[in-house]
Amino acid sequence: MDLEEAEEFKERCSQCAAVSWGLTDEGKYYCTSCHNVTERSQEVINTDLIPNTQIKALNRGLKKKNNSEKGWDWYVCEGFQNILCQQAEALKNLGIGPELKNDVLHNFWKRYLQKSKQAYCKNPVYTTGRKPTVLEDNLSHSDWASEPELLSDVSCPPFLESGAESQSDIHTRKPFPISRASQSETSVCSGSLDGVEYSQRKEKGVVKMTVPQTLAFCYLSLLWQREAITLSDLLRFVEEDHIPYINAFQHFPEQMKLYGRDRGIFGIESWPDYEDIYKKTIEVGTFLDLPRFPDITEDCYLHPNILCMKYLMEVNLPDEMHNLTCHVVKMTGMGEVDFLTFDPIAKMAKTVKYDVQAVAIIVVVLKLLFLLDDNLEWSLSNLAEKHNEKNKKDKPWFDFRKWYQIMKKAFDEKKQKWEEARAKYLWKSEKPLYYSFVDKPVAYKKREMVVNLQKQFSTLVDSTATAGKKSPSSFQFNWTEEDTDRTCFHGHSLQGVLKEKGQSLLTKNSLYWLSTQKFCRCYCTHVTTYEESNYSLSYQFILNLFSFLLRIKTSLLHEEVSLVEKKLFEKKYSVTKKKSRSKKARRH
Amino acid sequence: MSDFSEELKGPVTDDEVETSVLTGAGMHFPWLQTYIETVAIGGKRKKDFAQTTSACLSFIQEALLKHQWQQAAEYMYSYFQTLEDSDSYKRQAAPEIIWKLGSEILFYHPKSNMETFNTFADRMKNIGVMNYLKISLQHALYLLHHGMLKDAKRNLSEAETWRHGENTSSRGILINLIQAYKGLLQYYTWSKKKMELSKLDKDDYAYNAVAQDVFNHSWKTSANISALIKIPGVWDPFVKSYVEILYQIVPSHKLMLEFHTLLRKSEKEEHRKLGLEVLFGVLDFAGCTKNITAWKYLAKYLKKTLMGNHLAWVQDEWNSRKNWWPSFHFSYFWAKSDWKEDTALACEKAFVAGLLLGKGCRYFRYILKQDHQILGKKIKRMKRSVKKYSIVNPRLSY
Repeated sequence: MDLEEAEEFKERCSQCAAVSWGLTDEGKYYCTSCHNVTERSQEVINTDLIPNTQIKALNRGLKKKNNSEKGWDWYVCEGFQNILCQQAEALKNLGIGPELKNDVLHNFWKRYLQKSKQAYCKNPVYTTGRKPTVLEDNLSHSDWASEPELLSDVSCPPFLESGAESQSDIHTRKPFPISRASQSETSVCSGSLDGVEYSQRKEKGVVKMTVPQTLAFCYLSLLWQREAITLSDLLRFVEEDHIPYINAFQHFPEQMKLYGRDRGIFGIESWPDYEDIYKKTIEVGTFLDLPRFPDITEDCYLHPNILCMKYLMEVNLPDEMHNLTCHVVKMTGMGEVDFLTFDPIAKMAKTVKYDVQAVAIIVVVLKLLFLLDDNLEWSLSNLAEKHNEKNKKDKPWFDFRKWYQIMKKAFDEKKQKWEEARAKYLWKSEKPLYYSFVDKPVAYKKREMVVNLQKQFSTLVDSTATAGKKSPSSFQFNWTEEDTDRTCFHGHSLQGVLKEKGQSLLTKNSLYWLSTQKFCRCYCTHVTTYEESNYSLSYQFILNLFSFLLRIKTSLLHEEVSLVEKKLFEKKYSVTKKKSRSKKARRH
Repeated sequence: MSDFSEELKGPVTDDEVETSVLTGAGMHFPWLQTYIETVAIGGKRKKDFAQTTSACLSFIQEALLKHQWQQAAEYMYSYFQTLEDSDSYKRQAAPEIIWKLGSEILFYHPKSNMETFNTFADRMKNIGVMNYLKISLQHALYLLHHGMLKDAKRNLSEAETWRHGENTSSRGILINLIQAYKGLLQYYTWSKKKMELSKLDKDDYAYNAVAQDVFNHSWKTSANISALIKIPGVWDPFVKSYVEILYQIVPSHKLMLEFHTLLRKSEKEEHRKLGLEVLFGVLDFAGCTKNITAWKYLAKYLKKTLMGNHLAWVQDEWNSRKNWWPSFHFSYFWAKSDWKEDTALACEKAFVAGLLLGKGCRYFRYILKQDHQILGKKIKRMKRSVKKYSIVNPRLSY
């Protein structure tokens, strides 16, 4: 119990007549000289003297004697900055160069703060007349390269000491008017200073920062650096907990308390969705007025030629297919620098789905080779099988059926494990998020309860079963020639499905069906829909396999396949159009 | 490969142009389904937390079905986080689900024991106020199952006095159930004590003490249960034990008649014999002499018993009563008085008298002589039955 803590209580002690009061654990005044405890509790006094009771109470941490209850003052965007730091650090641990964190991401972030007028500009905008000067100074002094610390650094004493130490006297030394006034009136609060206001803020033309958006920033930085991580890789790393996201706020400094409205801002309970992050990437890139990104050339990892190779290997398809994918890339113009490079200002901004595009190209090639009509692929397999039996010494012909059997088994197993891991995922952090101070003990008690129950049940679980966290890997499936249990098809030949015609090779299959006959031209976000039952089982399997690999919806992949086909068979689409028009005329 | 574009031929004809986007049966928007599902939750997309926890629940249930206790425990470990669900509705429903599944796992898991179960039960009871009673009751049943009667009773006593939580209707029911089971346990103890008593000799110095103990116990138990059965509901198992105690202490209780109906329907012989005993017991008391139901039952049952060749049962009962019942129930005075007051009652009594004392007894003869429009036929029938079945009848005495 601290001495002279309760300065506002000016009465004389009934027993010793001294005016020297402290606070008991229950928040009642007691005389520090004779230890006589009164029945007056602090809040009662405050109502008489100070109009805004709750501010005082909050600043004093209500009845708790621990004055660091309230913690530091911090702004929401500082929280986001902290998260971005954590994420950049994690990326560094994955092998990404440090320039990403120190230069690229940091600059993007600063630019964001500038553009959203939260800092680094002449008149940062806040509501209710807050004086943001302190924040501005802090941000400009902030050293990004240092550990992810609170911006309101020790280097700025008045900012920090408020509430952190028992000796400080808030009502005499206020660096800025306490914005909590608005909060206490509505009885909604937050650990951050502007939590409530932030969640209600709706500025036109400004892209508001959210936790999913931190990944957009990460991806933009990765893209700028042309690192060998695709968006689906990034999101998968998040899902596997290699990159902080779900409970990133857990690693905020101890004094940065989160509660109330902060929950809605930082307490994420869903994994990032590919399309959502992709959209945000474009949004942020546009909002930040970024220039054209560094060129994606043929030697870049993100170039379809390289990505196709990667994915072909991953799904155990023959290397020979790579020639075909390169060909499709050439024919559709999808390998062009201008097509691939992200340029937020130009209209070609929507092409950064490198992984989905690469996979779509592979799907198209599979359709070209095997038609995937639930018929031809199996007859071709029969031929391949016959040939392989007779010619055991030669390079085997790629047998679609064999590949399907092996791949389906591996895929089903992987998917099952993935579903089980997801079902067991622990969302709740050790640091419970609570609504308000009243709610805090309840939240902590609940957490304790959960932890105890878990301890009890962990004795029932075989400890060897719980394997350690997997190390991050770019490949989800691995196939080697030496593995005798599972055939590796990398070296197999496509001879069985190609035929020679003069100088060039043609596919034996001469048919093709389009994934989408007619594209939607309205303003919806998708240009086509995917109704599974309309398509062959082989096609469905292929889509399911690749969608799982990238953790995207099958409809997204289907759309991308359709778009590739649209480019590839441009003529066909215009022909169809003419035909239908003429038919319509005839009908009339 | 460049030939390719010329060799293209979509297998779909022009007429079917629409169908690759739309299904044959009309418009279909797969993505719309997910939005429709969000209507129930106010348009917000379902969180992954909700999705993974419900998948976790399915896995637990599957594991339980397959008796894979280890697996179930693994998933349970993760499922505990639903206690912290931000959705308040789910958060409140969580303790009950966790209790049900967790108790099942702990019941069967090879590494689990009584101690773990008890710790778990105590923890779950104290999560929120809504579940205390239910869990206490189930915990007590679990203890009963394992033969830990004292612990079960202690549990129930604690639960009985628990005063927190809302006064909902379900709370009321739970309290009743708790009291009922407690009563049942008391009955069981009483029963055991009675057994002990019967083994003791009357002269044994301990007899009185034990008898007194039993007696006290009886009253306590019956008091508990009697309060309980006033509440509407189906209390059969409890009633039986209550009535048995009552039979010992208050044989003339009107409940005995109901007890009799239960007993006579039983398949067990000893129950049916007891049914007869009970009836006689009731009519031993002055307060019940005019109870027409009792007489009706006795009349019917006697006939049935005698028809069923259980003469010995009747004789057992009659032996201790044949000296005083005739003047107590079947005197000439009573015959006149009963007939005047209630002819139906008199009829039934007459039948019983006839069966027990033979057609020559005064009561029977008097009623027979009476002329009655409605009951006339019945009396005649009675005469025939008495002729046939009376225990005095030389034909049947073997």
